[in-house]
Amino acid sequence: MKERLGWLWLPFVACFAFLYIPIVTLVVMSFNSGRSALNFSGFSFRWYPELFSDSDIGQALLNSLTVAVGAMLFSTVLGTMLAVGLVRYARSTALDAIAMTPAILPDLVLAIGLLVFFAFIGLPLGLSTVMIAHAAFGTAFVLAVVRARLVQLDGSLEEASQDLGASWLTTFLLVTLPSIRPAVVAGALLSFTLSLDEFVIAFFTDGPKTPTLPIEIYSRVRFGVTPEINALATMLLLVSVTAVVVGALVLRRTESAGE
Amino acid sequence: MSLATKSRPRSRLLLERAVFLGPGLMFTAIFVVVPVVLVLAYTVFDRGRFGGIVYNFSLDNFARAWQPTYRKVLVSSLEIAAGATLIALLIGYPVAYAIAKLPARWRTIALVLVVVPFWTNFLIRTYAWIVLLNTQGVLNDVLVGAGLTDHRMGLLYTKGAVIAGLVYVYLPLMILPVYASVARLDAELREASANLGAGKVSTFFRVTLPLTLPGVVTGCIFVFVPSLGNFVVPELLGGGKTVMVGNLVRDQFLKARDWPFGATLALVMVILLLLLFALQSVVSRRYAVAGGER
Amino acid sequence: MTAHRFTRRALVSAGGLLAATTLVACGSGGTDGGSEAASLDSNADLSKQSITVSNWSGYMPKDVAKRFKTATGSSLTATEHATNEEIMAKLTTGADSGIDVAFVSGQYAQALNDAGLLEPIHRDLVPNIDNLYPQATQLAFDKGNKYSVPYTWGTTGICYRSDLVKPAPTSWNDILSPDPKYDGKVTMLSTERWLALPAQKALGYSVNTTDDAELAEMKAKLSDAKKHLLGYDNTTFYEKLVSGEAVMTEAWDGWCGYGMAENPKIKFVVPKEGSDLWSDTMVVLKGSKNKEAAFAFVNMMLDPKVHSWVVDNVYYNVPNKAAEALVADSLKKQFPQLAVSPDDLAKGEVLVDLGEDSTKYTDLTTDVTASS
Repeated sequence: MKERLGWLWLPFVACFAFLYIPIVTLVVMSFNSGRSALNFSGFSFRWYPELFSDSDIGQALLNSLTVAVGAMLFSTVLGTMLAVGLVRYARSTALDAIAMTPAILPDLVLAIGLLVFFAFIGLPLGLSTVMIAHAAFGTAFVLAVVRARLVQLDGSLEEASQDLGASWLTTFLLVTLPSIRPAVVAGALLSFTLSLDEFVIAFFTDGPKTPTLPIEIYSRVRFGVTPEINALATMLLLVSVTAVVVGALVLRRTESAGE
Repeated sequence: MSLATKSRPRSRLLLERAVFLGPGLMFTAIFVVVPVVLVLAYTVFDRGRFGGIVYNFSLDNFARAWQPTYRKVLVSSLEIAAGATLIALLIGYPVAYAIAKLPARWRTIALVLVVVPFWTNFLIRTYAWIVLLNTQGVLNDVLVGAGLTDHRMGLLYTKGAVIAGLVYVYLPLMILPVYASVARLDAELREASANLGAGKVSTFFRVTLPLTLPGVVTGCIFVFVPSLGNFVVPELLGGGKTVMVGNLVRDQFLKARDWPFGATLALVMVILLLLLFALQSVVSRRYAVAGGER
Repeated sequence: MTAHRFTRRALVSAGGLLAATTLVACGSGGTDGGSEAASLDSNADLSKQSITVSNWSGYMPKDVAKRFKTATGSSLTATEHATNEEIMAKLTTGADSGIDVAFVSGQYAQALNDAGLLEPIHRDLVPNIDNLYPQATQLAFDKGNKYSVPYTWGTTGICYRSDLVKPAPTSWNDILSPDPKYDGKVTMLSTERWLALPAQKALGYSVNTTDDAELAEMKAKLSDAKKHLLGYDNTTFYEKLVSGEAVMTEAWDGWCGYGMAENPKIKFVVPKEGSDLWSDTMVVLKGSKNKEAAFAFVNMMLDPKVHSWVVDNVYYNVPNKAAEALVADSLKKQFPQLAVSPDDLAKGEVLVDLGEDSTKYTDLTTDVTASS
């Protein structure tokens, strides 16, 4: 691999070191025997049982997952359709601008705006308002990712498909979609991840009784992190890495099965 | 080439347009445009006695936003956001390029490894930097232990720490779009350039970079925008000594309860960013035509 | 085609802006004002009511919902806010916040009451209010406890490492212009009123001053002080003392206790120029649909056994004579600030709401924290 990358090996490794050293620190501190998240005083497992019996965190996690899945579904569908619409049908800077607004604006502005808006129309704040907010936010990102890919493909395949008599729907589902599938998946993944980790918009649009995980963490972090939060971070990491490994294995099996 | 230029009945074209564009645009109009317009409308009103709104039209807020204190914060924020974006680009581009050169299986793994930190809450990840950077922390331990410095350095609670924190949080958002662009590069073009006698560096600057510019620009925007409006990273890593526009807006809405003034500060931010987007749109048009379209 | 599209777009956006502005002007008329407080039924069946309480994290017993259910049959949902401003924002949007009881600092209770958002305290539903020290019934932001009930009270001072700072600090100037050897090892609070406090007292001004000349002097002093700070820290300063990152911090008395619990070398002192008297209070919202249960909750929190939990676990002083009597002497020995008499506490100057002049402190804070 080193031969393929040449001198790029250096920034490559440096980057991953940069990304992961803080993570490693987090994990190590989760085994701290003392209360502090800053000073390591000894090895202990004590924070893990405490984490697992913490029902507030469990509920917050559930809330976050619910919101993330819903937001991902909405935003992937809307974003992909918008990308196709804006690239293949109507190239308009204005519509572009409108659709990309959530990615352009600081999330704070969107957060405040939505808070006021929901208060206006009398929609009580809760997980549904957060989901709407995250869907609006995520659509722009899915749009950007899918569009970047779509723009680099030429439309000749789709033209050919339509020339051969396929309807626009068939063309979209059987020609366009498969050719942008990696981008759509990337966009969905991005949208899900952004929602899970998103704090600012959720902070302003969430109801008091249903905190998402970032909000719950923020409340605790304000008063000094205890290693219980580190334990949570470690668990989240474990889950995502496992999910990826399992996903990769499944992918390999389906690939080899399909040969 | 746009499918819309094919000769088909206008009504069908309209239907297709509506199907693809309709839902997304409507959703965005209701839940993005209207709220933003509301916030902007607030800028011309006044703060009520206890933080409500008094509907007197006035431009006082703009006069106040122009005061040196607030201008200084705006400039400082632009500097910090720009710094974070530049560094993210300098790190992110080579890494994205390197990933694109990897064999397919490793590529996926690398991309996932880039995204995985995102699965940890960014508040906690930012806190990890406090552990690393503080005077009693790991980095200082290493520096002093290796004899590189003679006393513990105040690395934390500085502008530099804030920039580092922003880069750390948003780096994946730079790598992914750049990678998407690089990955779709037609390797033949690079070969052709080499065959025509251009050196590696020349090929990079005249062929590769321009063709990947859309991804670069997207990545820059993905880092710059959230950096500019960020308040959590400056709060945690800046020790309250680095005030960015995001902190000001948040303080106005949540602490001072002066929504009109907060909206005004937000408006200034929005204007700057809209200018940026217009630039991006122009750039990506030019290079999209050159790179992928006929 | 382009011109046509532009005109249409412009009209649509103009129309939208107009509509939005009209909506803004006509809608959100705020809470219904002025209606007289309905008289409450002291025999109401509380099991049919449920309340939402917003408080700071860890400020009341974790099992408070269970205790409340056992005591009254009513259910309780606890929600949190990290700062006064955060809960104020939620309570003053004009929409129903869903909150029945809120814990807010005294001056904010005053502001809420001035905005007509609070239900007067129905003393017949809160008999435990008689447990309060007399001094706690005459706090300047709400004399007579008409709309707020004090939950904790205390003062602000310097929390420091007695083994690393010699001689011990005695004046606010010790953190405003620290000895060079402590440069970069001092933190201050940045929550509005408390950022200004050291300068106010060092210069001999009132904690509630709004005089522009005085504020300008304070700003200069505080901007100078910033150059020597490690940073502004409202929530983790005691950890910095424990780790040695900081040696002196501006701190609330109770918070210093957290540091003292981890390192006995940490001590607390109220500087000789004097300090403030702050109080966190419980208020019942006028918009609450479960007022009887809300007051039952307030009453329960004033029960000596419940209230003393705060002293034992949060290391804060409570203005409750009966509760303080239940606090172990050993605790008071470990944390001297818990042994302070109500008279001594009452020497501190009480913070009151500054109304429209609050923006002066916002500007001051921005000016100071953004200064280089």
